Amino acid sequence: MQTDKNGAAPRSMQRRKLMIGAAALALGMAAMPRLGLAQTPPTSEVNTTGLAVTDDTVKVGILHSITGTMAISETGSVQAEKLAIKQINDMGGVLGRKIEFTQEDGASDWPTFAEKAKKLLVEDKVAAVFGCWTSASRKAVLPVFEQYNGMLYYPTFYEGLEESPNVIYTGQEATQQILAGLDWVAKEKGAKSFYLLGSDYIWPRTSNKIARKHIEDHLGLKVVGEEYYPLGHTQFNSVINKIKLRKPDVIYAIVVGGSNVAFYKQLKAAGIDMTKEKPLLMTISVTEDEIRGIGGENIEGAYATMKYFQSLDNDNNKAFVKAFKDMWGQDIVIGDVTQAAYLGPWLWKAAVEKAGSFDIDKIKEASPGIELTTAPEGYVRIHENHHLWSKTRVGHAKADGQYEVVYETKELMEPDPFPEGYQ
Amino acid sequence: MFADYSWSELGSIFAMQGFAGLVLFSVFVLMALGLAIIFGQMGVINMAHGEFMILGAYVTYLCSNFFQSTAPALMPISFFIAMVLAFFASGALGMLVEMGLIRFLYKRPLDTLLATWGLSLILQQAYRTIFGAREVGVTLPEWMMGSLPLTDIIEIPINGLIVMAITLAITLAVYLIMFRSRFGAKVRAVVQNRQMAGAVGIDTERVDRFTFGLGCGIAGVAGSAFTMIGSTGPSSGQLYIVDTFLVVVFGGATSLIGTVASAFTISQAQSTMEFFLSGSMAKVLTLLTVVGILMLRPQGLFVLKVRR
Repeated sequence: MQTDKNGAAPRSMQRRKLMIGAAALALGMAAMPRLGLAQTPPTSEVNTTGLAVTDDTVKVGILHSITGTMAISETGSVQAEKLAIKQINDMGGVLGRKIEFTQEDGASDWPTFAEKAKKLLVEDKVAAVFGCWTSASRKAVLPVFEQYNGMLYYPTFYEGLEESPNVIYTGQEATQQILAGLDWVAKEKGAKSFYLLGSDYIWPRTSNKIARKHIEDHLGLKVVGEEYYPLGHTQFNSVINKIKLRKPDVIYAIVVGGSNVAFYKQLKAAGIDMTKEKPLLMTISVTEDEIRGIGGENIEGAYATMKYFQSLDNDNNKAFVKAFKDMWGQDIVIGDVTQAAYLGPWLWKAAVEKAGSFDIDKIKEASPGIELTTAPEGYVRIHENHHLWSKTRVGHAKADGQYEVVYETKELMEPDPFPEGYQ
Repeated sequence: MFADYSWSELGSIFAMQGFAGLVLFSVFVLMALGLAIIFGQMGVINMAHGEFMILGAYVTYLCSNFFQSTAPALMPISFFIAMVLAFFASGALGMLVEMGLIRFLYKRPLDTLLATWGLSLILQQAYRTIFGAREVGVTLPEWMMGSLPLTDIIEIPINGLIVMAITLAITLAVYLIMFRSRFGAKVRAVVQNRQMAGAVGIDTERVDRFTFGLGCGIAGVAGSAFTMIGSTGPSSGQLYIVDTFLVVVFGGATSLIGTVASAFTISQAQSTMEFFLSGSMAKVLTLLTVVGILMLRPQGLFVLKVRR
């Protein structure tokens, strides 16, 4: 456990310089109504349910795995959340109160997540929790958040089929991530046949189910194979042979974790050169974060559909990337989920300010309709179903481990966690 | 499923599939040899085997970074230097662990399971602290990537060939050490009868230490080789441990030939089934088959007659 009033321990020695940079960024983010210190409303008004709010501080929780298998993925989210909290504090905090955070380690173990969530809500009485990564951990903490009426900001793109008043889903649900990408590959690349592949658990299976429905029913194209491998599988030569035999136009891959690295290395070794796009590879599970493990040269030429890429060319994102690197090191990369995690504290701040209160019930009510014009991915808005309206983008992997954005939807995609006709 | 294909296509695919099976076989042998030495010869259940492999992988990572920045000219052979270093790093750590932990537990084999499992957690967290929680990408020499195209369909992955070559070399080396050297004779003597071996003047503790170190060193080499085909992260070792035990137990714990035979059987079964079924089903069937055979033959495929 660790509590840090300032937000986080910056890596570099140039702390002062960094603060100035962050302050400058904060000014840039002043598009939201700015409640300065002068406007601090009394605690009895903004906190009627006994949360950990004092006259000048408010406590929140960060709940991710920093040990165990999932630490590899969740580290980026923790870093993003700490950055957001620090920036908000530099701007004067929320309702005139500085944010303090209590960090708990879910240790890649789902019961531990539930236990720590309960601790944060019951003992620490935090006003909001930013956390969880896998669906399994979210499912484990969900009853806790509903029972003790807490607020969870969940950053990961996930399979959908869930909607809770106590959760704001800052990542995209499956249809937001999948449909536009498939439309694009069918239209722009003339793809006719698809080979679906994934790790064997709920997210890849649900996502591929949606992909198959869309390919067959809406695009009228063909799925020539669908396969799942156990999590942690490291030998993909057989399936690569099968892919060669079936000759699909598109390999649609949702492989995760350590398997990911093995899959792309072996694909390249087997002579499938993704830059030739025969077949073309499209994935929804490889962000810039994963490419560091896979190696840019092994995945060059693949396409990924996400809502955010580090290379996005807009002013919000440039400021975000710079602040992130100043805080956590210059060689760091930022993936889709990291950006979604960064949105959590900002969306919570906006909701608190709109509600004029830290009370959970008021935040729940205030959340739908909240807009963020300063998001690195661009404009986002919270939907009635507590998911975000956001754009889908297609990135083309380059050898240096970054994606080049080749397509983005014109409109924001509506979140639809229970898509009709796709189940 | 084959109706749409010509005979030549089918022939090519079966050739490729055979090769995939051989690569898997090599991977299994490489994973399991170190464990077979430790488990088979010493009766120690080393749950930290995967972490010793990953130490080798990290050594390879450091090495490739070092050569890339300081001596790019040596890059093409950096991998082999890394492999040697990995052997010594993992071997040295193994000997330290033997001295500090394992040697107190020889009389309690089940406790070695718990102790080494704890050790694996400690090592994982140590890697996480030192190298960061994220996976690292190991840059390989250019010539080790890609494939040799034989025909339109048949393409031989170069890293597969290298893994096979390394496996062959390591297996030969282990054979020579265990069956053709004085050290090997001592190891076998200690396995067959510890008291008697001690009585004729063999320093059994020293033999134990070197055997454990050798097993761990081979794990390090395996880890180093697997940077070509798999991931390098703090918990990547966990990906291999189940398959490794499967191979060793199925082969008959005390027999190195059994390990090789079992690796061959399991790898061929799995890669053939993976081709006809989905990946998860293939795994289930493989495990079922192994369990079935072990029920009929609990001692594994091959047994060495040992006086306990």
